[in-house]
Amino acid sequence: MLRLEAMRAIYPLLAERVVVTNMGAAPAELFSLGHRPGFFYVEHSMGLASSVALGIALARPELEVVTLDGDGSVLMNLGTFTTLARHRPPNLLHVVFDNEVLLSVGRSFSTATAAGSDLAAIAAAAGVPRTGTYHSVDSLAVACREALAARELAVLVAKVEPVGPASYFIDLHLLENRFQFERHLRGLRGLPRGEAAGVLTAGGAENQQQEHTGERP
Amino acid sequence: MSRDADPHAPRPARRGGVPPLGYTAPAMPVSAASSKLVYEGLKECGIRLLSVLPETWLVHLVSLAEADPDMILVRLAKEEEGVGVSVGAHLAGVRSAMLMQNHGLLASVNGIVSLAQLYRVPLLMLVSYRGGFGEEHPWQTEGGGVTEDLLRALRIPYLLLARADEVAPRLRQALTLAEASLRPVALLLCRDLMWEE
Repeated sequence: MLRLEAMRAIYPLLAERVVVTNMGAAPAELFSLGHRPGFFYVEHSMGLASSVALGIALARPELEVVTLDGDGSVLMNLGTFTTLARHRPPNLLHVVFDNEVLLSVGRSFSTATAAGSDLAAIAAAAGVPRTGTYHSVDSLAVACREALAARELAVLVAKVEPVGPASYFIDLHLLENRFQFERHLRGLRGLPRGEAAGVLTAGGAENQQQEHTGERP
Repeated sequence: MSRDADPHAPRPARRGGVPPLGYTAPAMPVSAASSKLVYEGLKECGIRLLSVLPETWLVHLVSLAEADPDMILVRLAKEEEGVGVSVGAHLAGVRSAMLMQNHGLLASVNGIVSLAQLYRVPLLMLVSYRGGFGEEHPWQTEGGGVTEDLLRALRIPYLLLARADEVAPRLRQALTLAEASLRPVALLLCRDLMWEE
């Protein structure tokens, strides 16, 4: 499957949730499908997207957090599976797009998953309660929906083609993304879950911020 | 990197003779009083999430966090994860701190530079300063020798915490600077504060 097509299939699930991505192709493709203020792209610092997502999930149990990761990134922080498993936040879904290469530096740099390392099996052995490996867009989309409905920590591995976008450029500076994302999460505080899922307009976010200025002076 | 409880730590017997049967002695003279001061200081600062990878000097601090139902204690496999967890907590509106040994600081450098600093996120880092004057363990000494130079190279403002009366004000000041500058700030927990010899 193509990562872009997989992302397109789960985009409706992502659009109404908090999403943290790794660097490179995945954020560029997600951005091309339509940016939302609840999307945070962790450019650089490979391996830490799932740690950022864990911090959000533990700090704000009322939010539903999805992290989009890659095999190269996860392999740089394999311990994250054990940390996720021991804290087991029910509001965290970890999707790993596994193309078996470090795509951004060329297809010749294969990762250990090309040699047989099984990320879903590693996550399961680490104690993650819900894991799976998926080879089609439809099976991945179904598994994502079921994991979110079950409210159970999940690591779902999507085997994808080593194909990326023509450019990794995102027309949103990383600091712009960071402050917009923080303001968005602040605006979601105290809202019922249905409303929290919605995308706030700029004005809406400002109003929410006004109400909460006392929290972080 | 050895961050486990230290098997060579001095035994209580050296202070009070043979302990009575059934007595479960603390394995090492880490200062419970100073640990409590640090923990209370963190609470006064509004810290609600603590990410830790324990080491000998931090055992009491970790126990205090464990016993506190209002503290989210995040146990890590490696310290660099804690940078990600704290960044996530900050963006989610929850104040956090990281507790680690200076060798954990060494292990966190890319996360500090490429996440916390790149994205302008305040980090309050409490780092036990092993390997300084009085260090009896050879394996701690190389890290001790580079800790302050590393912090300077990373342009991380830091202060040494060596006295009990400094704990509360320095914690407040560190957090204030971290949040005003949107950058990491470190406090080095020194032997004179954490170890009772």
